[in-house]
Amino acid sequence: MENLVKRIKEMIPVENFKKQNSMLCFFTVQEQHIELILSYLKNNEGYTDLIFLQAVDYLEENKFMMTYMLNNLERGMNLGINVFIDREKAEMTSIHRLWSHVWQFQREIHELYGINFPGSPRVTEPFVLEGWEEMPPMRRDFDTMEYVERTFYPRDGRETSDPKKHMKEKLYKNYTEVPKIRREND
Amino acid sequence: MIKNSESKYKDYVADRSKYPQEEDGKAIIDLDSHKFTKIWQGPQHPGVTGNMSVELIVNGDEIVDAKTRVGYLHRGFEKLMERRRYIQCFPIVCRICVPEPDTNEYCVSAAMEELAGIEIPEKAKWLRTLNLEMSRVTSFLMWAGGQAGSLGMNTIPQWTVGMRDFWLDLFEEMTGGRVYHMYMIPGGVRKDLPEGFRDRVRAQIIQTKELLVDVERSFFNNAIVKSRLIGLGHIPKEMISEYGITGPNARACGVENDIRITNPYLKYPELELEMITGTESDAYERAKLRYRELHQSLNLISQILDKMPEGGEIQAKLPNVLHWKIPAGQTYKRAESTRGEHGFYMVSDGTKYPRRIYARGASYTHAISVLEKLACNITISDLAALMVSLHTCPPEIER
Amino acid sequence: MENKDIKDIENAMKLANDGLPEKERALFADARPSHIGPANKYLEKFMNWARSRSLWILAFGTGCGATELRPLFTSRFDASRYGIAPRPTPRQASVFVIGGYASIKTIKRIVRSYEQMQGPKYVVALGSCTINGGMYYDSYNTINRIDYYIPVDIYITGCMPRPESLIAGFEKLKENIRAGECDGMNTYADNFDWYKKNQKQIIKDWNMPDYNW
Repeated sequence: MENLVKRIKEMIPVENFKKQNSMLCFFTVQEQHIELILSYLKNNEGYTDLIFLQAVDYLEENKFMMTYMLNNLERGMNLGINVFIDREKAEMTSIHRLWSHVWQFQREIHELYGINFPGSPRVTEPFVLEGWEEMPPMRRDFDTMEYVERTFYPRDGRETSDPKKHMKEKLYKNYTEVPKIRREND
Repeated sequence: MIKNSESKYKDYVADRSKYPQEEDGKAIIDLDSHKFTKIWQGPQHPGVTGNMSVELIVNGDEIVDAKTRVGYLHRGFEKLMERRRYIQCFPIVCRICVPEPDTNEYCVSAAMEELAGIEIPEKAKWLRTLNLEMSRVTSFLMWAGGQAGSLGMNTIPQWTVGMRDFWLDLFEEMTGGRVYHMYMIPGGVRKDLPEGFRDRVRAQIIQTKELLVDVERSFFNNAIVKSRLIGLGHIPKEMISEYGITGPNARACGVENDIRITNPYLKYPELELEMITGTESDAYERAKLRYRELHQSLNLISQILDKMPEGGEIQAKLPNVLHWKIPAGQTYKRAESTRGEHGFYMVSDGTKYPRRIYARGASYTHAISVLEKLACNITISDLAALMVSLHTCPPEIER
Repeated sequence: MENKDIKDIENAMKLANDGLPEKERALFADARPSHIGPANKYLEKFMNWARSRSLWILAFGTGCGATELRPLFTSRFDASRYGIAPRPTPRQASVFVIGGYASIKTIKRIVRSYEQMQGPKYVVALGSCTINGGMYYDSYNTINRIDYYIPVDIYITGCMPRPESLIAGFEKLKENIRAGECDGMNTYADNFDWYKKNQKQIIKDWNMPDYNW
């Protein structure tokens, strides 16, 4: 695995290399290199399967993190490649030429995160939502509870209670505080 | 376009020359020409696997173009888990896939354990393996009913779904839940096996094997089943990594892709487990392969019952789970479900709440890209059989 | 003069079918559903008895509760013993089983299928998610209460309800039908505008007729 990273480092800058477990490594590359590195890994290093492509919202840092998870079937190794992109611009290079099922991940991310993939086929087609008028729901600043209260009709009777208080009131009604005995070990 | 060269599959490739223009294997469709009809199969249709739909464009009864439309079961699990504490995530993840919920539970608790640096006890590993294999058996039995039912053979669902119910009884005894078990919590499992449970499982295995003899006789040797399934939905080997196909669908054409063997987890390295592969991935071969895997799972269960120690710890010590903070990091945990690779990608940021949990189901590619590709050129009546033969499960597509 | 008044009232009662494109409006009926009372007290009693003996379920698995319908219809629990059988099309079905949570995209299909069913029709809602949202009470895509969108005759609790409780629920439904209490269809007709208002509040792209027969 270290050799592979060494070979990649000769081509492009690589940051934050981390070995998560014996089968899985993560590293970060820059956005403009993603197509190059993925096609290199696919064609030369045996990482032929793309397992998934997903986005993570870092609202505080104003960034999206894209994760590309690759699989090497012969060696049983997984490789996660992270790319940070600007949250305001929210645009990412489309890699639909490399695998035939990438478009559906990109369509999902476009719908749920509002990240655009220029050139990706069927990217604006609706996936799971229908007639959605709010901001993309998986963004962290979308408050689903507030939306539910505004849109649906909650039934009365659902209440949340503090477990500590509830136990004291309901389960241990007859419980009286016993003075704590100090032992020598304390 | 992938060409089917062998003679066995030649008959199933329709003559496309009658359509004026072609691009990338699909005819260009002009609906206004009245040569084509657009129909929907699903969501309210007995021939779809669950609540999903396929938008078909047909010429006569031959499918020219298919588009999968999902989203009828979208609950926004990933958004919900961002608002829940780690321990609150565990009861809702099993709802992601209904026929086989335990893979979700295993993946999410394994991911939490890895990020928090918790090692679970040996006995808990055995119990988890047992639970996973039992859920594979129930899922395969449900699939066998679906595959036969999609061909109009309604006897076999009566047998296998009925038999699955007795397995669910065992689950109920073991975990307390019939369909959703919520058995594997982070740090181990919830409880040990009840007394006499092993004998009851062994008796159940014998009964299931007796039933499977009947299923084999009436299903795999049936002339109608053979004539309809052989050659249906043929997946060439080149498509496997191109379309991200995993599990039995990939193994049926000879790709050695079983996560239990290539990336062993839990107690699978200590069990005798061999890779089951086929030669040509068509619907009949996939059905045969799943049938063999069902037997494999039954054998694994009896191996586990023999090798599992009696007593032992089942829970590792956890911090107070209501205020459990997991250090920042990211991981991806994968497991083999009956449909293929099932995985959870988890990102934590050092707070009580997960930053992101993504569930990757095998049907995500099987039911969309692969189904859209394979559904072209077959007839409407074969579509249900093709969907079941890819073992698509809608709730894990849209989550 | 009188005839004109009646015509005005009839015109005002007609449904707008706003969601449909202009050229398709003529293809769909614009009449409202109407309240249908019992014709004869004794005949109705007999009819209710007969209705309760053959419940045909629409095979539309709207949520995860539909998983337990398969054991229910196969050899172990065998709901045919109770006169319950699945039907593939809404035109032949009399019971609509809402199998758990209903997402916004599904509620559109539920409304459509429900309106296509012929009366008398009953709705059974499974699981806690149809009652108050259950596990998904804070999900942006699943509704909290199904009875704001279609009338529900009986709820079966659980997540998900076991086949035994489904059978018990259907038995209770039969009792209610025999007693003449299951009047969901008339409730829908009487409060039609209220139901439509609720439905249109969540289904943002309403592109179907207001009531399709």
